[in-house]
Amino acid sequence: MGSKKPIILTGALIGTLAVALVKFGNPINMGICIVCFIRDTAGGLGLHRAGAVQYIRPEIIGIALGAFLAALRGGDFNARGGSAPFTRFLVGIFVVIGSLMFLGCPLRMVLRLAGGDLNALLGLLGFAAGIYGGVWFLNNGFTLKRTYSLPRTEGYLFPALQLAFLGLLVAKPEFIFFSTEGPGASYAPLIISLAAGVIIGLAAQRTRLCMVGGLRDLIMFKDTHLISGFLAIFVVALTGSLLGGSFNLGLADQPVAHADGLWNFLGMMLAGLGSVLLGGCPLRQLILGAEGNIDSVITFMGMLVGAAFAHNFGLAASAAGPTANGRIAVLLGLVLLLALGFFHSERAMEVRMEGDVNLHV
Amino acid sequence: MFNKIDTRGRSCPEPVLLTQKAIGQNPEGVQVIVDNTTARENVTRFAKNSGYRVEIAGDGKDYILTLRR
Repeated sequence: MGSKKPIILTGALIGTLAVALVKFGNPINMGICIVCFIRDTAGGLGLHRAGAVQYIRPEIIGIALGAFLAALRGGDFNARGGSAPFTRFLVGIFVVIGSLMFLGCPLRMVLRLAGGDLNALLGLLGFAAGIYGGVWFLNNGFTLKRTYSLPRTEGYLFPALQLAFLGLLVAKPEFIFFSTEGPGASYAPLIISLAAGVIIGLAAQRTRLCMVGGLRDLIMFKDTHLISGFLAIFVVALTGSLLGGSFNLGLADQPVAHADGLWNFLGMMLAGLGSVLLGGCPLRQLILGAEGNIDSVITFMGMLVGAAFAHNFGLAASAAGPTANGRIAVLLGLVLLLALGFFHSERAMEVRMEGDVNLHV
Repeated sequence: MFNKIDTRGRSCPEPVLLTQKAIGQNPEGVQVIVDNTTARENVTRFAKNSGYRVEIAGDGKDYILTLRR
């Protein structure tokens, strides 16, 4: 196991907490889902009015705060930004639209697979196809260009925003929404959700766990480091669902899922492609945002807006299947991301050399 | 003197990709400047997997990784 030990343990920890959170009340196969929970938070804030998915999820707050503390302690906290922020905002919107077509971010995709939901297998295939596409762009000089240093204060604002969300969740002012039925009404006790989030944030910040990075690094560099975390989540969550008796193998009647294979594939393809262009999956964006990466904060805001659009415009799929609007949005997203991929690629990637040879690769 | 590549400000996985292309051109070794711990770890892991020895020097903010066969 060697140097992979921390990341495997982190994966195992996330798998365990995901199983535990379901036991404590989170929706089935949704112990943790970054996109679903951002969607619920958007609903809790009233950014959309889909009554079944409104709850400011403490897991998101906890992950951000845990990652912030770990980054401060580990010397990784560094306020920076300026790498194509609006491109990232738009890509964030479409990562969410793709994920909500499938009904889950890459993390929930693994949890759904572990619960026996075979629809997630098509999601995984689409995800891999999207990652292949993203890798193709990277190998052809895709870059969102560099970041620049920002004042440290700028970096503190995102964790502060998360604290403000926590304040709203606890104070329950009348303008904050709480689902009374549906997935948004299934949740573990606040303190447990928050604590689980903090633990995940701490561990994932230290190990740089990323769901999209696993396949990407395997394809690009034959590096199995990150994917070992991905596999550990699967193995532990699978063990948990088998032992807990919730394992249910099949395509039909899976919890918070639909069985339209083509759109499960295309939705995750959009999410996978977008995540590679961003440099990390939704979980990783959340963690980078907490480390002071303002581009990832902008991406998070894009995901929040994307979640609101997804429900306001009827783009999100449901157990009944994809909507016509959602299909159009996913196809539009694929076209937009391909265009952004092309326009942000430098045909001759200039490697800045300070030695005696100028390299044009 | 090795060639230097500057990957400061680049997000994951660009520092590794730039390193990969640089050692493709200069198999004897290169120096890579990174400005964050994630890139430092990723480039180091990639270099070791590719059969290079890595020396790390840091001035507090940036790190200079020297990759030698």
